[in-house]
Formats: sequence, C-alpha cells, structure tokens
Amino acid sequence: MQSHPLPDPVLATPEAGPAPAAPIAATRRGVLKATGLLTGTLALSSVLASLAPSRSWALDLKGLSSHQGAVILAFSRHLYPHPHLEDAVYALVVKELDGKAAATPATKKTLADGVARLDHVGSGDWLKRGAALQEIDVAAMEGTPFFTLVRSTAVVALYNNDMAFAHFGYGGKKGNDGYLYKGFNDLKWLPNPPAAASGPIPKG
Amino acid sequence: MSDIGNKKTFALDDDHVMVVIGSGAGGGTLAAELAKKGIDVVVLEAGKLTPRTEFLPDEWASFTQLAWLDKRTTSGTWRVAKDFPGLPAWICKTVGGTSVHWAGAALRIQPHEFKARTTYGNLPGANLLDWPVTREELDPYYTRAEDKMGVTRTHGMPGLPGNNNFKVMYGGATKLGYKECSTGHMAINSTFRDGRNHCFQRGFCFQGCRYGAKWSTLYTEIPQGQATGHMELRPECHVSRIEHDKTGKVTAVLYYDASGHLQRQKARAVSVAGNSIETPRLLLLSESSKFPDGLANSSGQVGRNYLRHTTASVYATFDHQVDMFKGTTMAGIISDESRFDPSRGFVGGFHMETISLGLAFYSSFLNPGAWGKEFAEAMDGYSRTAGMWIVGEDMPQESNRITLNHDVKDQFGLPVANVHFDDHPNDTAMRDYGFERGEAVYRAVGARKTYRVPPYPSTHNLGTCRMSEKPSDGVCNSYGQAHDVPNLFISDGSQFTTGAAENPTLTIVTLALRQADHIAAQMHKGAI
Ligand SMILES: Cc1cc2nc3c(=O)[nH]c(=O)nc-3n(C[C@H](O)[C@H](O)[C@H](O)COP(=O)(O)OP(=O)(O)OC[C@H]3O[C@@H](n4cnc5c(N)ncnc54)[C@H](O)[C@@H]3O)c2cc1C
Ligand code: SF4
Repeated sequence: MQSHPLPDPVLATPEAGPAPAAPIAATRRGVLKATGLLTGTLALSSVLASLAPSRSWALDLKGLSSHQGAVILAFSRHLYPHPHLEDAVYALVVKELDGKAAATPATKKTLADGVARLDHVGSGDWLKRGAALQEIDVAAMEGTPFFTLVRSTAVVALYNNDMAFAHFGYGGKKGNDGYLYKGFNDLKWLPNPPAAASGPIPKG
Repeated sequence: MSDIGNKKTFALDDDHVMVVIGSGAGGGTLAAELAKKGIDVVVLEAGKLTPRTEFLPDEWASFTQLAWLDKRTTSGTWRVAKDFPGLPAWICKTVGGTSVHWAGAALRIQPHEFKARTTYGNLPGANLLDWPVTREELDPYYTRAEDKMGVTRTHGMPGLPGNNNFKVMYGGATKLGYKECSTGHMAINSTFRDGRNHCFQRGFCFQGCRYGAKWSTLYTEIPQGQATGHMELRPECHVSRIEHDKTGKVTAVLYYDASGHLQRQKARAVSVAGNSIETPRLLLLSESSKFPDGLANSSGQVGRNYLRHTTASVYATFDHQVDMFKGTTMAGIISDESRFDPSRGFVGGFHMETISLGLAFYSSFLNPGAWGKEFAEAMDGYSRTAGMWIVGEDMPQESNRITLNHDVKDQFGLPVANVHFDDHPNDTAMRDYGFERGEAVYRAVGARKTYRVPPYPSTHNLGTCRMSEKPSDGVCNSYGQAHDVPNLFISDGSQFTTGAAENPTLTIVTLALRQADHIAAQMHKGAI
C-alpha cells in the first residue's frame, strides 16, 4: 500500500477529532516504558555548530529503546544517504518516530517488528553488519509497513528543519523580510537579462 | 464583530440580501463589486479570518494553517491519486481563499482559446466547446481587473526585477531562440500602489504575502466591500445546502456556523464561488425532488469536465549557485509555446513559468515516494537548482468529474467530494513535449542534470459548472447565471468552458466584474 507522504499535521485534520484512546496493554512489557537515549557529537567543521548549543547532542527516547533508535537512524541514512549530513539531523527522524511510537502502540509495534527483522538478518545486531549488506537489507524491506512508516516520516523530518536548511543551503525563515536588498539577484555566472525583460529595483 | 471588520450585519431572515459562498478570487471580488454598487451582500466563508501578520514563513506550517484539509477522495489514473490520495487539490480554506497562497501570474486567455471547439476541431474523447463569450467582449473587464489587481506591465506598472531563478530561465530561453520571456504579468506590486507595499522578494508567495504586495481578496476586495456598509463577512460558516421554492428559484442557504450550529440565511440571489471542487459538490448536495440530479443540473454537466491544467515541473542542477528560493516564486515566464500549433503533436499551448520550492516541499514533491542515492543527490544539489512549472491547456472530458462519495463523510456528516481524473492523450503529448522543451532550456545554459517532476495536487481547478450557449451543453450562461435557476450564479473557475493555457485567476476576477454588472442590471430590472 502506498503510504501517505504528507506529514501528520496535514493528515490529522483538526475536524477529525482526537484519535480514540488506545487500550493500555495489560502485559508487564506494555506497562514498563521502553526508554532509550541517542547521543552524538557534531563534527568540528560542521556548518551546524552555530545552530546547536553545544557540540554534543542527546535525544531522550520515550517510545523506543536506545538500540531501536540507533537502528532506525542507520536505516534512515541508507534511505536518504547524504555522507556529509550529520547524525544530529538524522536523529530528528528518530525523534519524530519515537514520538509516534510513544503515542500509538500500533506504531510502536511496527517499529519494533521492523528492527527485530533487521536484527534477525544481521545475526542479532543489524548495526554490526557492513554498510553494503545493510543497503541491500533496506531495499529488501521496501513495501513493508516498517519501511513505509520510516520513509514517509524521514522525507519530511529530515529535510524540514533548520539544520537541514543550513546544510543544503535553503534560507527558510531567514528570508521572511525578503531578499530584495539581500541578494535575490546575486547570480553572477550568467549575464543579467535586459531591462525590458526585467524591472527596476524599488528604492529602499 | 469589529475584529472581522464588518460595518453592517444582516438578519438571517432578511431575504433581500445576495449571498456569496466563498471569499476567494471569484467570490471576494463579486461581493465587493456588488457592495460598491449598493447591493447588500452576505459572504459566507468556510475558513477563518487570518490576517497577513499571522502568515508563517514555513511551508508545511503555512499549509496546515491555511489549506483546505477537509476530507476528499480521488480516483483515476492520474499520479496525484496515488501520491496524495486524500489531497487532490491545493486550495485554501481561509478568508481570501486560494488568493492567499497563489503566486500572482495574471495572463489574459488568448482570443482563439475562447473558441476551442472551432479552433481545435473534434478531438476524440474531448468534450470541447466554444465559450459563449469572446475575448473582445471581455477585454474591457480584463483591463479593469488588471488595474484593480495591480498587474505588472499594464497600466504603466513596471515589470518586477528578475531574480536568480529568472536569470537561468532567461539565459536558456534566449539561447533556444524564444522571444517571449520576461518577468511577466504578475498581480504583485512592483512599486507602492493602492495602499499596498511593493514586493520585497521574500519567496514565500505560496505561504501568503505578509507585505500585501501580492493581490489577495483578503486585504483588498474584502475590506473594501466591508467599508461600503453593504457587505457582511461571516468566516467559519460552511454552506451545506442551497434551498429553492416551488418555482425553482433559490431562497436561502443552510450553513454550519463557527460553533457547528446549522443556520438558515434567506437570500434574494445566491452566488457559489467555492472553487471547482466544492462548488459542484454543493450543487449536488442540494438535490431535491425538483432537481433530483442536483441543483441546476438538468444538463448533467455539474461536476463534469473537471480541468486542472496539464502541468509538470522541470528542475535542473548547475555547477554554480542559483538559490531559487530567493525572490518571487513565479519570477518569469516563457510564452512562445502557448500558441496553437498542432505540428507539435497536440492542440492547445502551454507556458513555462519559474517555480521554486523550499527544501521541505522540494523533498516532498520532487518524486513522491522516492528514496535512495539518486534522490539524495538531487537534494544535495538544492542550492544549485533552478525550477520551472509547465502549465498548459488540458482537454475537457465528461468522465473527469467531481462526484459525491457517499462512503466517506466530512465533519458535518456530508458525503465528501471524489475527484476523478485521467489524462487525455493530448494532455500526455503536451506534457512530454513540455518536459523536453523545459529540459532544453536548462541544458542550453549548462544544466548538469535535469529532473522531470510529476504534477502537484491541483492548484488550478476549473470547468465543473461550465458556461455554454445552449442549456444542454453546460450549467450556466456567459454571465455565470445558471441556465435552470435564474437567481443562482457560479462565480469561480467552475464556469470555464475550457481551460486555456493561462493561469486562471485574472479571468476569474474578470468574469466576476462582468457578472456584478449583470446582476446589478437584472436586479434593477426586477428580473431577480
Ligand atoms: C500554490 C498556488 C499557486 C497559484 N498560483 C496562481 C497563479 O500564479 N496565477 C493564477 O492565475 N492562479 C494561481 N493559483 C490558482 C488560484 O489561487 C485560483 O485560481 C483562485 O484562487 C480560484 O479562485 P476561486 O474564487 O475560484 O476559489 P478560491 O480562491 O479557492 O476560494 C474559494 C473559497 O470558498 C470557500 N468555500 C468552499 N466551499 C465552501 C462552502 N461550502 N461554504 C463556505 N465557503 C466555502 C473556501 O474556503 C475558499 O476560501 C494558484 C493556486 C495555488 C494553490
Ligand atoms: S516575493 Fe513578493 S509577492 Fe511573494 S510573498 Fe514576498 S513580497 Fe510577497
């Protein structure tokens, strides 16, 4: 089934009302919160350094274990492979999925099942598998609920944040006042179109 | 009431008011024009009033804030049905309608396009028809609309200064020998005018213009209409049914107000301007024993001939920086291909217009569902990417239509609209040709890689209550007046007999101005 590529706020219309309260699982595992932690350090040269309060980062997990978080992070790196993009940005995919897992038991199970399946092919720990094999595993998962959930979440979470904007060179909200006096026409590698095809710049 | 800006309000049982449903390009313009003529108008708008100081420079946040997110369904072979099954169209649900998110390209439909059936001939599968109105008849109204909207390169207004994305387009266009390439006709102030600021090249046109440089009924027509003391705006009022009397004249509308209570507003006449999905849906929902197939639907054409323009985008990466997001979203246009020239393998024409998306929308729309190295590489090239949108005439087909989906209900328990669409072979031929030309433009200035991007959810929704000479061919006459119901008017892009190659809003506004004159004259004569 084709996943809906729109992020949750677009799907969950306010009119649709809150989702029905999920039944609390009666098992002990359901009661114990699987909490995890994901940590990392920004590279010294990172363009993101100015956006982060410190070079090391940590993400508290409420719906996923540390291992599950790490597997999903690695999986996301294969889905959208940007060798120079920091883990800190991929961690936002984990953060988004962790939130969904904490809110919805079915989502939590989808994620847990997917990670278990990967660990199974990885003889216990998928993270120990070589990158080339991991890549094949990711492709083999296409079409599964796990893949669909992670991909559709990742494509939004990964590219819709200030760190990604800085990395890929999008101005984001910095453009709110306008580029009229800040380089809207600063391209130099082609000639300027003649005045007749363009128009005057209003005086500031 | 004061924060909504109304100077005057009308009672629910006041049956001398004209009710206008929808406050976008069509409804907002019509209501203000009528009010300026001294006709009392109540505007019912499903969306909230969001002043432009509250616009968000964030693509998804703005979409969530202003777009129509009520349920809809899709069917057909178009790719949108697969990629965005619940989101066939990008339409706003807010005071000002989609004139809040629109880009501002304002082009007149060409004379031969009003005579599509005569010009293009009998195309199998295409339900072509000539418009019951000519370009000549509309020209004076086009002139008024351009003045009202502040369209560049008309009425002495200079063009907008071209941004980086335009420089790339212009460079490629001239290399290919195209002659009609400029920063176009845009309803965006290039100088301070009409109490509104000039454009500051923010690049958030699709998120609403906080400077008010871009024309939107939200901060032009609607406050002007209210200021006359003849127009009341009621936001968060969703119309669910239009009622009629025994003679078949409409008498009132039922709507859910902000607190979900059903209200009945009496009316002397009713205008429907909910954009081309909601307008036919409302007529179909208003079926009765007198109009068993839906209000004003004796022709069976309500909801049919749904047009969305033949669209696609071409993005290309270069060796050097472009930063397409800086400055107006539709910063330039190539019009050479908008001519009628069947030697290209299709009838109708298309324009190429720059487009830019921020990183968030770019990733979601570049190739929905895609992942892997090639996709990542395209994203890596974001800052070196230029983009254009292809917008051309699609063929009306009876089977492309809006119907009521009785299996899916909205928040009021009403069946939602299903949008069915299949490309006509002419549409496919045009899109393929457009892709080639767009790629050629970028290759001419050294594109490293080009990307063919499928259509987005429809931004131009047209044709579902089309105007026709004969009542059996369409829903309304050349004034948008329903053939079956003399005091019912269609006032949005649903009226379009055919789509033409041009972005539709200037024509929607033009038709609304003409319709206002007609309604006033009919009221004066006592005909309605
Ligand atoms: C991103 C984007 C870019 C665009 N760029 C351009 C461009 O450059 N040039 C161009 O010409 N066009 C452009 N368009 C298209 C343009 O916005 C539309 O053609 C135009 O706004 C249509 O006007 P309308 O009055 O038919 O409908 P809208 O402006 O959509 O207004 C309809 C209103 O009716 C309300 N409504 C619907 N149903 C009900 C109901 N039952 N009860 C009460 N209210 C209801 C809606 O909430 C809405 O506010 C663009 C559109 C988008 C999305
Ligand atoms: S680029 Fe110009 S028209 Fe577009 S939002 Fe900014 S100021 Fe408004």
